[in-house]
Amino acid sequence: MTNKKTVEALESSASADNLLSERPTSQWALTLRRFRGRKSGMIGLVIVLLLIGMALLAPLIAPYPPNEVLIGKEDVGPREKPCIHLLGCPEDQPQHIMGTDGNVRDEFSRIVYGARVSLTLGFFTVTIALIVGSTLGALAGFTGGWIDNVIMRIMDVVLGFPSLLLAIAIVAVLGPGLQNALIAIAIVSIPAYARVMRAQVLSIKESDYVAASTALGASSRQLLLGRVVPNALTPLVVLATLGVATAILEAAGLSFLGLGAQPPLAEWGSMLATERNNVFTSPHLVFFPGIAIMITVLGFNLMGDGLRDALDPSLNR
Amino acid sequence: MVVVFLLIRAIPGEPCSAILGEQATVEACERFNEANGLNDPIWVQLAIYIGNVLTFNLGESIQFSVPVSQLLIERLPLTIELAMSALIIAVVVGVPLGIIAARRHNTAIDAGTMAFANIGVSMPVFWLGLMLAYLFAVVLKDTPFALPPGGRLSAGVISVPYYVVWNWNLTEGSTWAGINEFVGNFVIFNSFITGQWSVWWDAVQHMILPAITLATIPMAIIARITRSSLLEAMNKDYIRTARSKGATETRVVSKHGLRNSLLPVVTIIGLQLGLLLGGAVLTETVFRLAGVGTALFDAITGRDYAVVQGFTVIIAAGYVVVNLLVDLSYGYLDPRIRVSK
Repeated sequence: MTNKKTVEALESSASADNLLSERPTSQWALTLRRFRGRKSGMIGLVIVLLLIGMALLAPLIAPYPPNEVLIGKEDVGPREKPCIHLLGCPEDQPQHIMGTDGNVRDEFSRIVYGARVSLTLGFFTVTIALIVGSTLGALAGFTGGWIDNVIMRIMDVVLGFPSLLLAIAIVAVLGPGLQNALIAIAIVSIPAYARVMRAQVLSIKESDYVAASTALGASSRQLLLGRVVPNALTPLVVLATLGVATAILEAAGLSFLGLGAQPPLAEWGSMLATERNNVFTSPHLVFFPGIAIMITVLGFNLMGDGLRDALDPSLNR
Repeated sequence: MVVVFLLIRAIPGEPCSAILGEQATVEACERFNEANGLNDPIWVQLAIYIGNVLTFNLGESIQFSVPVSQLLIERLPLTIELAMSALIIAVVVGVPLGIIAARRHNTAIDAGTMAFANIGVSMPVFWLGLMLAYLFAVVLKDTPFALPPGGRLSAGVISVPYYVVWNWNLTEGSTWAGINEFVGNFVIFNSFITGQWSVWWDAVQHMILPAITLATIPMAIIARITRSSLLEAMNKDYIRTARSKGATETRVVSKHGLRNSLLPVVTIIGLQLGLLLGGAVLTETVFRLAGVGTALFDAITGRDYAVVQGFTVIIAAGYVVVNLLVDLSYGYLDPRIRVSK
């Protein structure tokens, strides 16, 4: 009797297996399908891909090199209004679809090249913060005790400051410049990753598969790198995507205050800062870099939100 | 406090060369360091500092040559007025937006509101400020909507402090005089209670654009949290109960849904303080306002130890107070928290 039941149970589970093998859907395929279903996430992805394309193909898209001064080469002055032939700008004038800046450089070319700076900066800061933050978080969560205490109290101190003010202080220590701004923003974003990683590790540590590995005699290192960390990465992917947006915004803020990218580098924040006193006479030189920052940040924000919804089905409504 | 002290000292670069200029002679620097107590061992400096803070003596600004407390009296009221106006705008606009989006879930209104919120969090604060200034000071110049692009009051407009208007007899330099000067520097408040209406209107006009600029990001965040929190609350059993006993939809939303969804919203509002302070640096820079944000920026880049320390202590105290208020409001919003001590 019992045997029969067991066999039946095995059979039903086997048929369930068959059902699964007919439609093999991995976790990733499921996530991808859910992500595709989110309109805003897809819009974000498209924006991000277009921006990456723009950054990679900058020399083909931009009509001029970003730092080429056009004095003597063309009949244009500084801070000329945008001139687009299709929209009725006289054909005998050279076309500058976003006008020229104070040093008679083509604004559109600088905006296109600016995508390279902002994207690189966003990716690098997040990579640094992600690696350092998740290592610290994993260490704190996995070992516990005083190591946990020391690491997390330091993170609390960093989180206690308004992030932009702390970044300003760090740049003041290191000296202004794009590279130091990058380091400063990476440092202020470390605690977020550390905290999420620690929380993940704490819950995964108690799971059955970790207990099973422990019973099989896995070393701490094998447990941490082979079992715990790979399973803890999901929320960090979301955080990292949103982190790129924050990093780009904060870097632009630092550049605006004169602490980040320095002229003549074509960086949106510093382009905007250079021309801010001319906003009443040449608003286009402030408008376009700002729009570029906004679209980039918006793209990563939408993509991050879409990813979060796709990775966490419980949020689906 | 100690952390701030040590962190600030870790900034390389001599305050001397930042203040006296790069060409300052060694002797001049030596005299400068001696006068400002910078030659003492670090632990002596720390002990003196802690003693001073406990007696509300925040030291003297090396850069501005005034006591830090005087700098706070001059600068802090502006930033508080700015942050409060921004927070009020953010809550008054953000919460209803979130409610509307949640009530019209999955409609064009919902999508539009959320698109607005997404764009709001993605905008650089300083860019929005400059664009608003251009729009209201140049494009709308000769219309009734024109607003000044910067500064706190128009040239020639002076706010007379209430203690002068009311002929109070204050001893110069006393704590009581300091407190009154501080309160009197809340220009909008001061001109309101003393009935200087033209000054009040001028101050309000100058505050509108910076406040909107600073409010945008918190507003967008508050709208998003309100929406998702209300959506979650509206799925609960008690909402079904309220509906089934025949309560009107308005009552269901306001009494049962909203009240239960406000907890995360209040938490987020408290957390916005840090964001507001960071944003205040950029907003005050754009609108040329002499507030705490710009002072702190100047102090950090100019190695003005006393100012950075003093202001940071005040900011930290502000954090503690706001978080206390947030915690207290939990008890009001959710009686279960109050009962369980």
